[in-house]
Amino acid sequence: MPINCIDDRVVRVDAEAKARGEAMYASDYSFPDMLYARMIRSDIPRGTIDSISVPQLPEGYYFISAKDIPEGGKNELWMIAKDWRCFADGDVRYVGETIGLLVGPDRNMLDYLASNVRISYTEQEPAVTIDDALALKGGPIVGEDNVLCSLFCEKGEKMQSIMDGADSVFTETLETGFQEHVHLETNGAVITMEDGKYVLYISAQCPFYVRKSIAGLLGLQPEDIIIRQTTTGGAFGGKEHFPDVLAGPLLVAESIIQKPIKLIFTREEDMLYSVKRHPSKTIFRTALDKEGNILGIDGTIYYNCGAYLSASYVVLQRGVFHANGVYDFPATYLKGVGVATNTFPSDAFRGFGAPQTLFAIETHLDHIARKFGFDPAEYKARYFIKKGGETVTNGHIVEDVKLPEMMKKIADASDYFRKAKEYAIGSGKGIGMSFYNHGGAFTGNGEQAIIKAHARLVKTGDRVRIEVGSTEMGQGFQTALRKIVANALKIDMEQVDYDNPDTSLVPDSGPTAASRSTMIVGKIAEDCALEMKERWNEGDFSVEKEYQHPDGHPWDQSTFRGDAYLGYGWGAACVEVEVDKLTNEVRTTGIWTCHEIGHAIDELIVHGQVNGGVIQSLGYASMEKMENRNGHFRQSSMSDYVIPTSMDFPRQEWFLEDNPYQWGPQGAKGMGELVFNGADAAYVDAVERALGITVTKIPIPPEDIEEALENA
Amino acid sequence: MLRKIVFSVNGSRVVFAGNPLTRLIDVLRDELKLTGVKEGCGEGECGACSIIKDGKLVTSCIIPVGACEGSEIYTIEGIRDTEKGKCLIDAFRDGGAVQCGFCIPGMVMAAYALLSVNPNPDENAIRMAISGNICRCTGYDMIVDSIRLAAERGGDLWQ
Repeated sequence: MPINCIDDRVVRVDAEAKARGEAMYASDYSFPDMLYARMIRSDIPRGTIDSISVPQLPEGYYFISAKDIPEGGKNELWMIAKDWRCFADGDVRYVGETIGLLVGPDRNMLDYLASNVRISYTEQEPAVTIDDALALKGGPIVGEDNVLCSLFCEKGEKMQSIMDGADSVFTETLETGFQEHVHLETNGAVITMEDGKYVLYISAQCPFYVRKSIAGLLGLQPEDIIIRQTTTGGAFGGKEHFPDVLAGPLLVAESIIQKPIKLIFTREEDMLYSVKRHPSKTIFRTALDKEGNILGIDGTIYYNCGAYLSASYVVLQRGVFHANGVYDFPATYLKGVGVATNTFPSDAFRGFGAPQTLFAIETHLDHIARKFGFDPAEYKARYFIKKGGETVTNGHIVEDVKLPEMMKKIADASDYFRKAKEYAIGSGKGIGMSFYNHGGAFTGNGEQAIIKAHARLVKTGDRVRIEVGSTEMGQGFQTALRKIVANALKIDMEQVDYDNPDTSLVPDSGPTAASRSTMIVGKIAEDCALEMKERWNEGDFSVEKEYQHPDGHPWDQSTFRGDAYLGYGWGAACVEVEVDKLTNEVRTTGIWTCHEIGHAIDELIVHGQVNGGVIQSLGYASMEKMENRNGHFRQSSMSDYVIPTSMDFPRQEWFLEDNPYQWGPQGAKGMGELVFNGADAAYVDAVERALGITVTKIPIPPEDIEEALENA
Repeated sequence: MLRKIVFSVNGSRVVFAGNPLTRLIDVLRDELKLTGVKEGCGEGECGACSIIKDGKLVTSCIIPVGACEGSEIYTIEGIRDTEKGKCLIDAFRDGGAVQCGFCIPGMVMAAYALLSVNPNPDENAIRMAISGNICRCTGYDMIVDSIRLAAERGGDLWQ
């Protein structure tokens, strides 16, 4: 039956093959004469390499390192900048930096050889934390000040005069920790040669990123390398740039060995030696009048970027642009500083810099509200930004903001106002509420100036093939996009094909990141479909289109002024807890959320995204503690880095607020990251009220609650 | 000479003649090509490699093949075309339980093991039964609902 209405509920196109165990993930591929690879990595955070001693290699075994990069090739991975080296050479900057790749036929032999590689170093003192970096511990890692990137934006009257005229200034420092993605499928790839070309089968979000990043290692053009995305078992940002770090060494190895080579990380490798969410430290100075009204907020935001830039500058921008939360304050001065440390480079993770500052502003506002005796949710609601309201980058909100309606939905469902009054502070019971948003697609004019996405539809008989570079990683895009195209063409979804991308066959649609796939690529594909529908009787043909930037939305990337985003998704969350005052164990007893994502493309997919994103956020707030001591991560397995199980949180009650978005396909906006951005703050608010404590740092597992109680 | 280890996998006889400390998951994936068995953690924590051994749900990454002499083992490949397996897989599809899918074959095995002993589980029993199977995508609600759906649709099938 044709999909005539986008609201028809459909089942996911990939569900059955995955549930039957037939979907092919990277580790499921094997080829004749395939070899295996083991990464040899730095085991110190900072120092120079004095010598590398590799045991005698049996025949058919190889050790590949920087020395194997051919003349004309460069030892760099081209992510956004080109600073991340494929192989450490001369010095190492973090624990886990790639030094070499052992390749050979037998995995046990590779393990034996790997454990007998001896690297001697002259060690230097590492800088691990933001404070270490600012204090230039061990000397600067980059430049003279360890600052990898920075920016500021200013709105309203000059901050100094506001501070001077304030009745009081409330200063607070709020921090967030590392977070590990824990996609259930670890990172992995297989490289081979087909018809004289390098072909990579890889678990990745952005196949076009991979070929661009690694081509220069051999002095090749991106088109000389074919990337085939394998069914990807979760990514969450962890497979945005990081697959380059596997692909680069594999490409160099392949250029010498010319046989299929497989590299699959163990969980321990994926935990210890992969990118993480940026730890952050935000210092807010808030000018208040006598009644507790906010006159202006001065914020300084530090992100720990690790040893290389990767996507950190863009992550930092998003952090700064979300640091006012969903509020319209009279004046803000927000400064972001990304510092270099000797930790594994921090990188993309669902929310991309926004969750850190959203946690900070929500929690800061809760504290101000309680100080002045207001209900935190009511206090925050006073400042809800509205359509036409000025953003921190002097742009404007162009859509209706439905936060009051959303707040009402979750307040009614949770009985928030009764419980907030009834549960005394410190009673062991608490309820909290948070509000959040997420700017859709690339920041500023990135879609127009940098990405220039393409999508193509190919009609053969009565079948239509979608050709885009966008990937399915679990979020449901293969289903959502087929649904959008089928609906625009008024044909059955069964007539529409969309395979995992192969970069030699599909146009570049930009990365599968930034909650941009439905909103941006979905829109281009819909436009292609509408033209195809008009020309349906022309026989077999294809339609390809490039992204068209909607009018308006002025943006100046050099000054960070204007509309930072094309539109926002909006969210509200309420969390209720009971705390065992003897053990400090927190039991979450209720979760209510409402999200505004334009018009939802598919209820089943959206439900799954909401549930999953909210639980990840609650894990971030409550239990996911990744510590780094002297440059070494302390949590190396799923038994010591604990993520939520089916027993940790109760069933969620969820709502949507419909608000069709003018420039999205069938009214849709992005949503994949939004749903991560705020439940953490509601949880912290609830725990604070239940125990009468002040929390300024997440995660807050029971042992940290103990500490907060001692300080209370 | 190594002693041969004889057991059955999905109803077929398997004779293994290698190192008895080889992990069962490696025998299943590498030698028998049963790649529906997924490796998520390698330490029995995540449940992606769950299989049914002698009627019990176990994680095949922490079982040496030497411990399988005489055992009857079922993987996702062995149940997916049975009536019960199809009932579960259809319910997982219809209930929106599947996102990235990497945990799902193991999750289906956990559900199979649960419904085989408790045909009509309540929400708490389902949550308990899958608590050794980690999913990073779904937040579990829709997996729980899908298992409930399989119990309801299957009815007598599970008795």
